[in-house]
Amino acid sequence: MSSHTAKQIAAQQATFRQLVDVATIREDFPILHQRAGGDRLIYLDSGASSQKPTQVIEAMDSYYRTTHSNVHRGVYSIAATATELYEQSRRKIARFFNAKQEETVFTKNATEAINLVAYSWGRSNLGPGDVIVLTPMEHHANLVPWMIVAEQTGATIRHLDLTPEGQLRTDNLQAKLQGAKLFAFCGASNVLGTINPVKQLVARARSQGITTLVDMAQWAPHMPMDFADLGADFMAVTGHKMLGPTGIGVLLGRQELLDSMPPFLGGGDMIADVQLTNFTPTSLPVKFEAGTPPIAEAIGLGAAIDYLQDIGMDPVREHERTLTAYALQGLQSRFGDTITIHGPLDADKRGGTVSFSLQDIHPHDVSQVLDHHNVCVRAGHHCAKPLMRILGETATARASFHIYNDTDDVDALCNALDETVKYFGRQK
Amino acid sequence: MSDSGALDELYKQVILDHYRSPRNRGELSAPAVRAVGHNPLCGDEVIVSLVIDNDQMITDIMVSGSGCSISQSAASMMSVAVKGQTASAARETTRAFKEMMSVHEDSLETDNSNRSNIESAAPGHHLGDLEALRGVVKFPVRIKCALLSWNTLLEAIDSAGNSDL
Repeated sequence: MSSHTAKQIAAQQATFRQLVDVATIREDFPILHQRAGGDRLIYLDSGASSQKPTQVIEAMDSYYRTTHSNVHRGVYSIAATATELYEQSRRKIARFFNAKQEETVFTKNATEAINLVAYSWGRSNLGPGDVIVLTPMEHHANLVPWMIVAEQTGATIRHLDLTPEGQLRTDNLQAKLQGAKLFAFCGASNVLGTINPVKQLVARARSQGITTLVDMAQWAPHMPMDFADLGADFMAVTGHKMLGPTGIGVLLGRQELLDSMPPFLGGGDMIADVQLTNFTPTSLPVKFEAGTPPIAEAIGLGAAIDYLQDIGMDPVREHERTLTAYALQGLQSRFGDTITIHGPLDADKRGGTVSFSLQDIHPHDVSQVLDHHNVCVRAGHHCAKPLMRILGETATARASFHIYNDTDDVDALCNALDETVKYFGRQK
Repeated sequence: MSDSGALDELYKQVILDHYRSPRNRGELSAPAVRAVGHNPLCGDEVIVSLVIDNDQMITDIMVSGSGCSISQSAASMMSVAVKGQTASAARETTRAFKEMMSVHEDSLETDNSNRSNIESAAPGHHLGDLEALRGVVKFPVRIKCALLSWNTLLEAIDSAGNSDL
């Protein structure tokens, strides 16, 4: 490596440390203190699920220890407190995403949020011949529910095209959206890292009278997200990828739309009145929250939002953009032709998700050797089998970053990959 | 590498040899039967095609597919182990192999007793090269990789109309 490149890297590292104090942040994440035989855990799979700060863990723990009760039901004081904490979380989340409370529906995860729209909006708005436009880079969560609903309603599915760089082709967008009723796409790809131009795509669709749903599972944890400004009809978010617990997600939906939609799941809480043979749903947003909700989880997500808010989503994005640039440069310079990196190579066009293939070494085996060095990366199809086929892979390895990762982690990844190549090379 | 001992348990020379130079690689055409196995969690794929004659003998077998070193080497070793066996002997070998895969890492004593169980339960079935896969049990997530070709083999045998379980 030339001294010029080394200087560049040193400068990057220095800039990096000014952005976000990763060392201090790491102190908040107990699992990252773990010493497995002396080495710390180098967790590079936040794209699958993020780690949790003590603030989130303690918020849920404290809830259970001091004030758990079912919500919306009791008159006694801990019930009132539980309800207040739950709704306070909703308010926080709504504010964080610049949505109204009536537009902020708690779900189990982003997958359920998309299914809610597919069943509740889809089944009452789609019919034979109606067109749903999707993209080939979607996670199965934003493909399968539409296939199910298309079969039930007689609607058909059309896909946008991808560029060789792994972005959405927009030159033929007008034609692709022609006559469609719904356009569903991801804000950011969980495989390619591609950040899509959400606001522009939504605007184009809306100008053609098309309803839009954007899967923001990989966007919300990493970048500022303004529901009102971005203009989509629906957005799906999952809590566990943004420092929150598993079992909680959010559907953001424009109030007029949600008002017009029939309920998704039926049961307690979502009703205003129930007779023996019919019921009246209650108002938004609880109309779409049947049964006892994941109360502790909602409170945990509220604490996660507080945590991210304290750092600020602009610094979060800048931190990950710089780190991703460092990673892309490091991987390319150290592995050259023996590594294929999928998705845009420009860190401005992508998030901190880096899928790659090492020549002649299967991703499973890469992941296995990396595990031996306490580096956690994902190997597989990442719930994006159609995309894998387009990339000509059955599986890739994937490293994904979050606020608790830094250049030392990327160095550890590159060193471990080096060891992987040596290990399998030695065995020849 | 600081200490590759644990990895060496998994990636034995025999395994990597079968991965680099897989035996019986390819696909048989009719009248061979064909079965395709997938590991849906990760994308490993194994295709087993085989011919069983009137005496229930697996006279020919080939494997193809793509995936990690464990899944593909196990497929290669499996094909060597069962070629020339009767269908029922192949099922026995499969059972013996699966038993070996179920041993837990904290019971080395069980490991040895199972070994003798395997040898006595399946006389004449030399696990041979398959012994190299014993290390997979210490990496439970990879057990599915090792088992994929065996489950696909059973499917192929079943579809050839031999179900003398």
